[in-house]
Amino acid sequence: MPAHSHPATSPDPVATVGRAITAHAHEPGGLLPLLHAIQDELGWLPPEALPRVADVMNLSRAEVHGVVSFYHDFRLKPPGRRVVRICRAESCQAMGSDALVEHARQRLGMEMHSTRPDGGFTLEPVYCLGNCALSPSMTVDGTLHGRVDPARFDEVIDEMSPLPEASRTLACTAEAEKPL
Amino acid sequence: MSPTVYVPADAAARSMGADGVARAIQTGAAQQDIDVRVVRNGSRGLAWLEPLVEVVTPGGRVAYGPVRASDVPGLYTADFLNGGSHPLFLGPTEALPWLARQDRLVFARVGVIDPLSHAEWRENGGGRGLDAALEMTPEAIVETVTGSGLRGRGGAGFPTGIKWKTVLATPAAQKYIVCNADEGDSGTFSDRMLMEGDPYTLFEGMIIAGLGVGATKGYIYLRSEYPDCERVLLAALTGARTAGLLGASVRGSGRAFDIVLRRGAGSYVCGEETALLESLEGKRGEVRYRPPMPAQVGLFGMPTALNNVVTLGSVPAILAEGPEAYRARGVGRSRGTLPFQLAGNIKHGGLVEVPFGVSLASLVYDYGGGTATGRPVRAVQVGGPLGAFLPASALDIPLDYEAFVEKGAIVGHGGVVVFDDSVDLAKMARYAMEFCAIESCGKCTPCRIGSTRGVEVIDRIRQGERRPQNVALLRDLCETMTSASLCALGGMTAWPVLSALEHFPEDFGLRPGAGSDAGALAGGS
Repeated sequence: MPAHSHPATSPDPVATVGRAITAHAHEPGGLLPLLHAIQDELGWLPPEALPRVADVMNLSRAEVHGVVSFYHDFRLKPPGRRVVRICRAESCQAMGSDALVEHARQRLGMEMHSTRPDGGFTLEPVYCLGNCALSPSMTVDGTLHGRVDPARFDEVIDEMSPLPEASRTLACTAEAEKPL
Repeated sequence: MSPTVYVPADAAARSMGADGVARAIQTGAAQQDIDVRVVRNGSRGLAWLEPLVEVVTPGGRVAYGPVRASDVPGLYTADFLNGGSHPLFLGPTEALPWLARQDRLVFARVGVIDPLSHAEWRENGGGRGLDAALEMTPEAIVETVTGSGLRGRGGAGFPTGIKWKTVLATPAAQKYIVCNADEGDSGTFSDRMLMEGDPYTLFEGMIIAGLGVGATKGYIYLRSEYPDCERVLLAALTGARTAGLLGASVRGSGRAFDIVLRRGAGSYVCGEETALLESLEGKRGEVRYRPPMPAQVGLFGMPTALNNVVTLGSVPAILAEGPEAYRARGVGRSRGTLPFQLAGNIKHGGLVEVPFGVSLASLVYDYGGGTATGRPVRAVQVGGPLGAFLPASALDIPLDYEAFVEKGAIVGHGGVVVFDDSVDLAKMARYAMEFCAIESCGKCTPCRIGSTRGVEVIDRIRQGERRPQNVALLRDLCETMTSASLCALGGMTAWPVLSALEHFPEDFGLRPGAGSDAGALAGGS
């Protein structure tokens, strides 16, 4: 369900898209649920899948692209193995989220809005996680953490079990070469 | 009977390690070979005490908090299952002053019951509003809600009964109830807490709305940033169907109502009602021109009652207790209660449900205890990213829709974000424009272009570049955005910007007092 879950095995993109279409293509206004269903499994939306989505939804490719590009959640590139989202909204700013972002950039050695070249992390902002009484907040792979000062940030990152090198990300990139 | 322990599964509690606490309690029970029943409730709303663990004792529920997993062995040693003494012991939960002073109507069961137990919900007064509504005509339901004085809790404050009356009076083959659960304003989390802590009450409100306006289908548009909510709602929808609350015949009445849960995709502007409808229809979340209003031409072109979570969550109590009881609370034209949310740099953050009329100072100091950092309060922003910044000297203002508008501010969704004296209000004003630029749907020019120009102009002011001229330009830009934007995003971004300029001119490099009058800026640059 969370957008950043990491399945143990790499799902087959063709089968994923097929399942999403079966589940949502006939639902009124079903494009968002359909796109979510694909991204929930694959972690992103392989661009090669979109013409097929457009086709079954009786939409133009431009219309589907318009929807995908409108929403911040949808990814047209695979994310890193870990996705760190730091809240930058007012409440978290009042509790030092700017300093937290700076710390995260240093610690992870990367910029906001980016995926590290080694595919280890994606670091991005989010605008409110609804945890404003316990600011600043962040999510790591969809798990919410409150009162995150730099020390707590390091704890969360250090406590995470390392992911295997043969990542889903690379598998997906390879798969993306094929037409769906 | 085995002892019962409550450990919240609310997202805020989980963000502070509640899952680990629940596991540690189970582990401790297994080690001591006792059978402990751990209930994952919603949050009582005392966020600084999360995870707040409650134990059922013969004298009622007692609380311990904030509990870390590492505290649990010590709690067992202190015999917490019998309310034993421990440094984290807080006493009877209901007697905690922070909670005892509240008037919990909408949040009566949040943190009290197992959110997914339909039976517990009924035993604790859930469903009585629906019981009443099933005996009433649609007109009488709408009349009751109108008579209560309930206004939209999402921010706009439009009278709910009037909206419903329009939907009721518009004939159509299909009508819809849409619940706006796209709670995107920073500093707000009451929708989330209600959905995670008492989802059946939201469903009850939606069913009553359906009976009132003649709709058989409801949608909940939930923001994607709330995965815990999604999990609870999906489980509760299944529970509600099993219990006969939802389906072809609501509680055997022969009247149908069902609910579809939809997830947003990270767009703030989709909290705007017409953008939300576009998104539900599978499109880009672009704002629609109004009129027609959604009450007449809404989802899939059909009449639609579109209400916020807390609005719909307030309806069951109104039907159960009668409109007079609700109306008796509050001040002026702001009737009933509002669950305020204390956030940002605040010592005791969380949810405070009280009648309208409480002063902002009381919320910030009496409930909130001042700042978390211990430094003086400098500014408070009420009502989310589109709300004005109020200086610490102006907090003696009653929480009331009209009183706030008089001061150039909004109550909005009741979120209160506190800043200490380290805040730079020029930076916050810049952020308001930046946020508008990031989240603009792009349909209207004042918002799409104006917000980007706004960031640039504020940057120039902050750098000391031709300050008087650029301040005049900023005001002009704000006026254009306010008067010519299609929706509140572009239309209200000026509120935080201009309030920052007015109350904190020194942060913009201007003379104190210079922010409210462009003509007095001679010394500014």
